[in-house]
Amino acid sequence: MGDEIAALSAEVARDPQSLAFLRLGEVLRAQGQLEAAARVVVGGLGHHPYLPDAHDLYARILVDQGEFERAEEEWGMVLAIDPRHAGAHKGLGFLAYKRGDLDAALDHLELALAADPTDQRVVNALRRVRKEFERLLQAQGSVAVPPAAPPSDLFAGLEGAGSGILLADAQGRVLAGAMRREDGIDVAEEVAAHLAGVSQEAARTAQLLDLGQWRFLLAEAEHQNLYLGEPVEDTLLLLARDRSVPAGRLAVVAQRAAVVATRWLEAQR
Amino acid sequence: MARLQGALDRITRVRGVRGAMLVGGDDGLVIAESLMAGVRGNAVAALSASLVKKLRRAAVAAGAGLPKFLHLQGERGTLLAVPAPHGIVVVVIADADVNVGLARLEMMRAAENLI
Repeated sequence: MGDEIAALSAEVARDPQSLAFLRLGEVLRAQGQLEAAARVVVGGLGHHPYLPDAHDLYARILVDQGEFERAEEEWGMVLAIDPRHAGAHKGLGFLAYKRGDLDAALDHLELALAADPTDQRVVNALRRVRKEFERLLQAQGSVAVPPAAPPSDLFAGLEGAGSGILLADAQGRVLAGAMRREDGIDVAEEVAAHLAGVSQEAARTAQLLDLGQWRFLLAEAEHQNLYLGEPVEDTLLLLARDRSVPAGRLAVVAQRAAVVATRWLEAQR
Repeated sequence: MARLQGALDRITRVRGVRGAMLVGGDDGLVIAESLMAGVRGNAVAALSASLVKKLRRAAVAAGAGLPKFLHLQGERGTLLAVPAPHGIVVVVIADADVNVGLARLEMMRAAENLI
């Protein structure tokens, strides 16, 4: 580690424009040398004022130093440059949670997950915050159904309900239904976050290749067949069934699920 | 290469198929193609590779495993893709009413030829 710091410091000294300051700042922060890390990053920002990752790193250093308000400003700058920056949404979600603003924490964590669906720490944080949010609403005697607590039995009666029919919005947030792996693990949030990217890509592909509006995406995978559709604008419906259910049958069930989803969505509006 | 080109040509004999290609799954570049005039091969290759990549992540997250066949249905056309060995993707662009089952069979044969 000491060698790496020396090498990176030499590189930054030799070429102040070098992006090596990012790695140097990370290493110093990891070692707890927060003041040195801050100096390095502030120096780098002087040469790269519009580099989102540099502002993100500086914000994390500020959090380590207990400078929460300044960290929030830095992450705000990151989002002004890159509105989908996962690190900034994660950081702002953390700060919102810390000050007890669960609503804002949920918003930021959901956006962080949509930007990087593979971040397991965000998945876990989101789960924790949603549970607290639900508890808070119950304690307040609220009868409103929070958007984060959708009816998991919306598709009751349909094949695969309870484990393989999921309704999500275009930002990758779960609206209703459930998605579980064969081992029972709940993957609804993670899958919903991925779906946002898949549907955007499907829409882009259909548009650029002059295929017209995309109607559905069907995939045969190793263990399951998947059907993704858009029952209502900006809403995604995913069905997953094991390979014994033929793709054609899956499409029929999907049409029924789409009718149920459409009715439910209309009732919510 | 002639064998692969032959496999692509067999796919394009399916009624409604406008073009068949072998695409690098990582970089979205064209490896081999058999296209009707007017089909933008480079765009089809890049977009289909990107779509396959995104779908792969979603499928794995759902516990469905790696995708073997993908069918994107549009109002005016169809995109089909079969991830094959060596990171190659067999891609077909076709009319909306193409016989998907027949095209899929020929695509699977082409993918087997890559082993």
